[in-house]
Amino acid sequence: MDFFLSRFRHLTVLLIVIVGQLLLIAYQVKTHKDVPLIRVWAVTAVTPVEQGLEIVRRYTWGYVEDYFVLLGVRNQNDKLRRENGQLKIENNYLKAELSTADRARALSLFQTRSQSKTVAARVIGDGTGANSKVVFVDRGSTSGVESGMAVVTPDGIVGKVVEAYPTASLVMLIIDPTFAAGVVSQKSRVHGTLKGQGHAECLVDYVQNEEHVDIGEWFYTSGDDRIFPKGFPVGQVAAAQNGKTFKQIYVTPSGMQGGPEEVLIVLQGVHQEIPGEETASPSYSILPAPTAVSTPAPGGAPQPGALFTDADRLRAIYKQAGIDQKHTYGVGAPGTKPPDFTKIPSAHGVPPPNAPSPAISKQVQPSASQPQPSPKAQPPAQPVLGATTAPKPPAPALAKPKPRPIPSDDETDDEPESVTRAFERQLAPRQPARPAVVPPRTPVSSPASPASAPNNQ
Amino acid sequence: MTEYTERLLSKSPRKTASDRLQLVWLVVVPLAAVLFQVYIPRFIPFLAYLELPLLITVHFALSRGGPIPALFYGMFIGLVQDSLSHQPIGIYGIVKTLVGYFAASVSVRFDVQNPVVTFILAFFFYFFHQFFYWVLARALLAETISFDPQQTLMFGLLNAAVALPLFRFLDKLKGAGES
Repeated sequence: MDFFLSRFRHLTVLLIVIVGQLLLIAYQVKTHKDVPLIRVWAVTAVTPVEQGLEIVRRYTWGYVEDYFVLLGVRNQNDKLRRENGQLKIENNYLKAELSTADRARALSLFQTRSQSKTVAARVIGDGTGANSKVVFVDRGSTSGVESGMAVVTPDGIVGKVVEAYPTASLVMLIIDPTFAAGVVSQKSRVHGTLKGQGHAECLVDYVQNEEHVDIGEWFYTSGDDRIFPKGFPVGQVAAAQNGKTFKQIYVTPSGMQGGPEEVLIVLQGVHQEIPGEETASPSYSILPAPTAVSTPAPGGAPQPGALFTDADRLRAIYKQAGIDQKHTYGVGAPGTKPPDFTKIPSAHGVPPPNAPSPAISKQVQPSASQPQPSPKAQPPAQPVLGATTAPKPPAPALAKPKPRPIPSDDETDDEPESVTRAFERQLAPRQPARPAVVPPRTPVSSPASPASAPNNQ
Repeated sequence: MTEYTERLLSKSPRKTASDRLQLVWLVVVPLAAVLFQVYIPRFIPFLAYLELPLLITVHFALSRGGPIPALFYGMFIGLVQDSLSHQPIGIYGIVKTLVGYFAASVSVRFDVQNPVVTFILAFFFYFFHQFFYWVLARALLAETISFDPQQTLMFGLLNAAVALPLFRFLDKLKGAGES
């Protein structure tokens, strides 16, 4: 044994050192615990120097840069140009100062308005590691920072504190491949898990393919991870497509634009509401919601905008027949006379002889501003003068509408003249100058009128 | 055996010389290298691929000659690097321990003052370092780190090119410290 140790002394030491470090790794991986002593020593040795370097750089590099810029200007230009150059330099300096002040003011404003208790910190260095995206900030446990705290900017989340040392903290950025956070989309409130990819964009995982996510939609923190308070912006969707199991949604982090320099560490997070679409995505303008029609449709038919099926239409016809024959459904003993169903129109729209025409008996005429028709008073989707849509051949059941006099009540007077003319053309087959246009069997809730409405104006 | 190969296989004058670095250089130089690695790439991102701690380890191993001090030196630098990451401590430690050991073992056989030999050794140990780090990270931590041999070879050449003036500078620094 002694011979072996003396003969292979170097190899033995090497093996001992390697095995020792392997055991160290095994201990950390198995117990999920760290070796704080080594880390604290190393970080305490390095970060103060980094802080010093950062301060020196901040106060000297700008001047050095200006000096080199000035050298070129001085050699090439006359006095006027030199003055111009100096003014430019001064301007740049002031702009930089202004930019710094703006950033600081934005940070301060955000800090004031945010309900969460935060502490400002400055990024002072990157971490090592081939694939990791971590940075050091100049706030540590002496400032109240602890592991697991969220790191944000007014633009969005930046990362989370993974280690807090006395003088500095290690922050894992959201683009780190091992980063994850709970997020929710702004419009459809789709929940997912944000994962870093090691590059500029992050992946929102575990979103079902059936969910709908738009390009440009914002994602916010959902608060599910107990690290990031709910309601902090995460980023906008850059790409979204269906995957094998889940959607592949790539988000451009809003807090990482240009690389974070000043950040806020959330000491005590407070959940907040996810803002409305208008405020969060100002680049997308949306139309106001359509006004609801409060006037009931004839025959108790569903109102425009409601789901309208063939069964609804049939029900409306039977109900109208009951009203016409003064019969109340569900009343009367068995054996009483039912209404005469032979006089009702077919389901395809043939009106009973004594029943008012759907077009005439309508209780509500579509106004010019609201072209959506009621089920029975369905305005035809006929081409109007100037319309670019080609006329469709008439449907068999509706190809021969009975000519009826155009009612002259007040409601029709409100209609635009073009609409009235269209009705006249439809109801007067003796004027075949233009092809007979028949309204297609379109549901009332989604008639052809939205497309043709502008043409009717 | 030619004269050149005899010279290559001869004992290094670094070993016989009184090449003890002062304690301050043993601590300051590696810390400066690590500091360079964590601070400078913030402003010059391309320099992130410069493995200065590795080059310092190789230089120490080549100049000291003894495998045991070299492996402990590599372990020390590697552990400091591990401490500044969020990974479990030990991956860089193991890799640099091996680099230190093998570099010191190699220095017994080659004339490490020859620039060509220095270049080749720096290039080889960079590749060895990156490859072994990739293996350990996959095997021990199950991390999916990409390893691009072509890119690694390119950065190996870059590091080897930097190693030549760096080693010369460190030799001069050491000489100044001893005088």
